[in-house]
Amino acid sequence: MTRMDKNGKKSAPDLTADCGGIKSPNPFWLASAPPTNSGEQVMRAFDHGWGGAVWKTLGEDPAVINTTSRYGAIDIGGQKMAGFNNIELITDRPLEDNLREIREVKKRYPKHAVIVSLMVPCERKSWHDIVKRAEDTGCDGLELNFGCPHGMSERGMGAAVGQVPEYVQMVTEYVKEAARTPVLVKLTPNVADARYAARAAQKGGADGVSLINTINSIMGVDLKSLVPKFAVGGKAAHGGYCGPAVKPIALHMVSSIRADAECRNLPISGIGGVSNWSDAAEFMLLGASSVQVCTAVMHYGFRIVEEMIDGLSHWMRERNFSKVSDFVGLSAANVVDWKKLNLHHKTVAKIHPDACIQCQLCYVACNDTAHQCIAVDRAGGNRVPHVIEEDCVGCNLCAIVCPVEGCITMEPVATGHPELTWEEYMAKGMKGYREVYKRFHG
Amino acid sequence: MTSKNAESILIKELTPAMKAEEARVEAQRCLYCYDAPCIQACPTHIDIPKFIRQISTRNLTGSAVTILEANAMGHSCARVCPVEALCEGACVYLGWHEKPIEIARLQRAATDDFNQGISASRIDAAPLFSRSPLNGKKAAVVGSGPAGLSCALYLARLGYGVTVFEKRDKPGGLNTYGIAEYKMAQATALDEVRLVRAMGVEIKTRVAVGRDISPKALEAQFDAVFIGVGLAGTHRLNVPGEDLAGVFDALTFIRHIKDREYSRIPPGKTTVVIGAGNTAIDAVTQAKRTGTPRVIMAYRRGQKEMPAYAYEFELAKKDEIEFLWNAAPVRILGRKKVEGVELARTERKGGALRLIPGSEFSVACDRVIGAIGQSKHAAFLKTLPAIELDGSGKIKVDPKTLRTTNPKYFAGGDAINGGREVVNAAADGKRAAWGMHQALTGQKTPPSEHEYWISTIEGRLVSPPKDFHNDPHGQKRQKIRA
Repeated sequence: MTRMDKNGKKSAPDLTADCGGIKSPNPFWLASAPPTNSGEQVMRAFDHGWGGAVWKTLGEDPAVINTTSRYGAIDIGGQKMAGFNNIELITDRPLEDNLREIREVKKRYPKHAVIVSLMVPCERKSWHDIVKRAEDTGCDGLELNFGCPHGMSERGMGAAVGQVPEYVQMVTEYVKEAARTPVLVKLTPNVADARYAARAAQKGGADGVSLINTINSIMGVDLKSLVPKFAVGGKAAHGGYCGPAVKPIALHMVSSIRADAECRNLPISGIGGVSNWSDAAEFMLLGASSVQVCTAVMHYGFRIVEEMIDGLSHWMRERNFSKVSDFVGLSAANVVDWKKLNLHHKTVAKIHPDACIQCQLCYVACNDTAHQCIAVDRAGGNRVPHVIEEDCVGCNLCAIVCPVEGCITMEPVATGHPELTWEEYMAKGMKGYREVYKRFHG
Repeated sequence: MTSKNAESILIKELTPAMKAEEARVEAQRCLYCYDAPCIQACPTHIDIPKFIRQISTRNLTGSAVTILEANAMGHSCARVCPVEALCEGACVYLGWHEKPIEIARLQRAATDDFNQGISASRIDAAPLFSRSPLNGKKAAVVGSGPAGLSCALYLARLGYGVTVFEKRDKPGGLNTYGIAEYKMAQATALDEVRLVRAMGVEIKTRVAVGRDISPKALEAQFDAVFIGVGLAGTHRLNVPGEDLAGVFDALTFIRHIKDREYSRIPPGKTTVVIGAGNTAIDAVTQAKRTGTPRVIMAYRRGQKEMPAYAYEFELAKKDEIEFLWNAAPVRILGRKKVEGVELARTERKGGALRLIPGSEFSVACDRVIGAIGQSKHAAFLKTLPAIELDGSGKIKVDPKTLRTTNPKYFAGGDAINGGREVVNAAADGKRAAWGMHQALTGQKTPPSEHEYWISTIEGRLVSPPKDFHNDPHGQKRQKIRA
């Protein structure tokens, strides 16, 4: 419940987050990536308001060598960096330098969450050693990088581990044998079903999972040189794809783990295209107890967190959520299998003529590509389309293509029919369905 | 003109080109309307959403081809079209209280790239446009203004051997000589001619029909003739003192700037321009840019009757022009050269405009520019056999084909409409080319390779999706049955 101050006004919502036992002043963490490659960066981020940072992945010395030309992006319409990718490996700084800086950051920012991302070969001793050295810094938790899809996976690490549930479990067990702080397992989306790796992590004793890591990707081909875009000296390796365009994929994977009977209580740190407070709220409603951000800060810098904190606070206040745990997972139950959807639910499109600017995008979209239920009566020079309600299947396409907010709304229509799911329909021997739209034009 | 700086002020472009990124961002704003109102508002019916989408996908050559298919004068129209009254004025964004798409500047982005590509040999223009094999027929085009060049280009595409006769030194007509340089540089108009030449059109400059070659000779050598002679010089003011040094007609004044003959138009102290049409606006704004401190526009009617477009008037206001409404010139004062102009106040009396007796006043000035409209080529047109003119001296044509009363002659542009826009002339040239082809071959159905541009003559509707319902204007659904 919302707390009131003595004047009866709602007090500021409490943004404190707890993900698998890792506590932070707010749920906004920087993901393990270039923005968290040094103490100086992480401290600057904390100064701007970031609640936590997952340090760029540490490995064994000697440190890796990176290529020049590392990042790529696609712009969609006017949106720069709608999708982003990289072929950077784990940190290329000496292990001792990173550890020293982590220790120093933790000392200076004791309340912020500093999580150390780790990746070493799949050997018990290697993991025990790195866990010990990382935890000696005073960090708040560990994240096991089983997701990196490029370069490191060719060396039997990163996604090469995350794609094999048995390895996930085995390495998680190695880590848990040595770890004293909470352990998050970072999952790869480059699998058919993220739940297997999540279950394996849970069996291995993980305190939570973080997802999604980046997706295998080629960013395009330069049509002048005929070489893939963002190549390294004329050759390109696939990189890891992320940014706003991947958010729906990430949301699905988060919700699938949250809904899984075996993983229902496994804490999740949500990653994948989080760019603002509402993205964060969506991840959290589907089950994430913190979110991690990279592409958006690589686009705009650390200060975006100021708006994220502000936006989330206002939304929580309006919704009467006093703390983040009030809404984490609240929408997860509304994600179900298709067979549980009500076949008797009906919506139809309504075009509000006063708002219509007569671009006719709804008209052509419906007729060319959807269900042919929008017409334009051109009598008298009219250009405003109208919906043929008896044929409208309520597909949403017209409302989606309409450039004017609120011009086309999807209106619920009471059918008077009892709820009927496909599951129930099949159980009744395919009986009981009454048409809510005209399915066949005789 | 004494310095480079002064010249740059005089000819500095009013509307700058878009940078490539700016064009792409603006192009992405276009909604790609179905059955877009901008297409209908354009007299040449360019498929505007298509060319804008081509810009957004970085297909600039394709974009230019889309434009030039429908409008051979698309390069100049991008600069001189009154788009506020045409395509941009029809943009659906206006119904949303938003800024319309900058169609003209986007069009320029595409045609600029195209013309630069031609000059850099990056683009070979000719193969981009369908062209029928030569059909052995010959067509003459009299006048190389927008109507003539447009007609010539489409005739060449249809397979005609085309010769354009131009009496001046350079082709392009008013585009080359008559549009204020700061709105469109002469070089732009000349660039535009290259595509016409690339399609095989021969342009003979300094050849005046009637002087150097007779209409009879034309008729003998060519299967058909297109008359695109536009209008003649600016009307005389018909007041005493008109022949003093320092009195110009607007078109000559503008031509001196375009030909860089600055010594013939010293700035002086005060210029009075008589008239209030779009050419008068060109004259006042150009006079101001020559460095004349005081420029006055005098119009015999009231402000509400001013024929100039509202945004043209805005240009004049921005240049701090002074306006004298209801003031008509009575005489131009001065001994050897202009020293002033005497004007009289006017009023409406029973519908007619009359000078108010005793209201005369004079304005000291050292230059007077007449901009009271252009006269018709009456004498020349009368030498053309069996071509009828209407009461105001315009050539009579069949509106469908632009054929004149002499079946061998077609006509378009200002010579038939009395003086409209470049885009109207371009549309006329296209219509006349197809009209001429139909007349000479009897062909009524557009050949498939020319179907597209011919479809733009009457206004191209995106084919409406077949109606599945009860739309009284649609077609009934074709059912597929097992």
